[in-house]
Amino acid sequence: MNFGQAFVDGIRAGLGVPAAAYALGAIGLNVQYGYTGLLNFGQVGFLLIGAYGTAVSADAGASLLVAVLVGILASIGLALLLGIPTLRLRADYLAIVTIAASEILRVGVSARQLEGLTGGAFGISGFGDEFFDLNPFSIGRYGIGELSFDERTLWIASVAWVLVALATVGVWLLTRSPYGRLLKSIREDEDAARSLGKNAFSVKLQSLMIGGVLGGLGGIVIAVDASFTNADYWRSQITFFLYVVLILGGVASVLGPVLGSMIFWFVFQASDSILRQAVDNGAFGDVFTTTDVGPIRLGVVGLTLMLLSIFRPQGILGNRAEALVDEH
Amino acid sequence: MSTSASAPRTAATDATATVLLEARGVRRSFGGLAAVDVDEFTVFEHEIVALIGPNGAGKTTFFNLLTGFERADEGEWSFAGTRLTGKSAYRIARAGMVRTFQIPKALARMSVLDNMKLAATHQSGERVGIALVRPLWHGQDREVEARALDLLDWIGLADKRDDYAGTLSGGQRKLIELGRALMTEPRLIMLDEPTAGVNPALTEQLLDRIRGLRDRGLTVLFVEHDMDVVSSISDRVVCMAQGAVIASGTPREVVTDDAVIDAYLGRQHGEQQ
Repeated sequence: MNFGQAFVDGIRAGLGVPAAAYALGAIGLNVQYGYTGLLNFGQVGFLLIGAYGTAVSADAGASLLVAVLVGILASIGLALLLGIPTLRLRADYLAIVTIAASEILRVGVSARQLEGLTGGAFGISGFGDEFFDLNPFSIGRYGIGELSFDERTLWIASVAWVLVALATVGVWLLTRSPYGRLLKSIREDEDAARSLGKNAFSVKLQSLMIGGVLGGLGGIVIAVDASFTNADYWRSQITFFLYVVLILGGVASVLGPVLGSMIFWFVFQASDSILRQAVDNGAFGDVFTTTDVGPIRLGVVGLTLMLLSIFRPQGILGNRAEALVDEH
Repeated sequence: MSTSASAPRTAATDATATVLLEARGVRRSFGGLAAVDVDEFTVFEHEIVALIGPNGAGKTTFFNLLTGFERADEGEWSFAGTRLTGKSAYRIARAGMVRTFQIPKALARMSVLDNMKLAATHQSGERVGIALVRPLWHGQDREVEARALDLLDWIGLADKRDDYAGTLSGGQRKLIELGRALMTEPRLIMLDEPTAGVNPALTEQLLDRIRGLRDRGLTVLFVEHDMDVVSSISDRVVCMAQGAVIASGTPREVVTDDAVIDAYLGRQHGEQQ
């Protein structure tokens, strides 16, 4: 068994583009769920709408910058569409509507009737060229030995991690301001906030939009990286991976989602590598084959989430005292 | 019975006294039950008014209607000359009419100090764009903090400033709700059972603070069950039963009122008077 290989695979994934994209999505979720207490169970819908907003408009001939702006605006639009009817109601309505909307979007964009716009089941490709034409890195591999990226990955990963850094600083600035206090008051008790003259509906809508835009950026990063997107990728499990990332790193901590995403992708990829080697070496005999590795990986994710909830509810960077305060 | 017509001659009801809160024909029913059916209800500036009545009389529902936490079926009310009918809760609070809750709503995973600071009004740092740039809100935040610390001192929770509000006792939560409401600098403060579940020592402190509110220029409307508390601090008592106002007057007048004795206090209490 080559653990060194698994380690390198894990590190590469932890620093890779999907890790950065998940970090963005989880930072968004942290604003919504961690600070404001909004149960958004359809964050993947915001990633999708960001990705498709960008892909569709780039495909229609818009420059990439304009296309990215369209993706961001589409995320804001989705937040308004989902938030306005539900945020005056009890918290569970948002949860129901977001998870339903994310599924509707996934199925919707693959509809044959929309083939002209979204490419239907085939999706859209080739819209990332403009981004990679700007690549300042010359052809080659960057890094140490096995632990290296090609110039293409290095370019998109750099941009993605810069976005993560900006988002993190933004959230950090917000959470230490009166605005952060306002968000938390909604999480703790919306009626108390309203009784003190705070427009809870407006604050929740803003929070949904901020988190939605960050999710949209995550989706844009994933789509541009692949220079391709189709409906099949944006499954609900991404939303739940983002929750795992957030809870792992620490709900309502500024750096939690970033560290959570890195560790999530490290464990996800390293366990994949180890499992595949074990299957190849016949360690599982006939019990498991290579095709079982994917589902087992998901089992590992679920187990991690359970163990975290039991033994470390505050995650890695969260505040234990805060996590254990009685709500009432 | 008209509450204003029968109001006693206290400082608050002199000819010079101004009407602060005035409600007419406020009704709300749940199914076939008329939970609130108040023809007329008035609070004058600088009064301390107690709202009493048996359980289920509609006191809390009336509070909820007036403060926008529940919708009235009909009726109109105005505060300091501004019509508040149908306004949402946060707008009513911004108008200067701030309520607390029967079961205190401490913001558990926020510090005591942050609970207080949150309540300050017109904070520019509560807008996203401004919040990102600390120098734009920091000065105001320091003023807010100074005021919050003063009030914490006044309610006796200064040494708890950095604790999570969720770690406070029930009585301390009542106090922080009072302090938080005061941070909004209201003209009328509406307290829903401020002493319920509060231990006797703390009750004394709380009552003392409520009395002190008038000296700060506030008007107080509070729901209370303990008649000793009612008699000791209120200028005027309004009694509700089955959704309607059945009596209004000085504490002495109300406790000897036949309708109040029948509906709420019981015969024996009346005979002792």
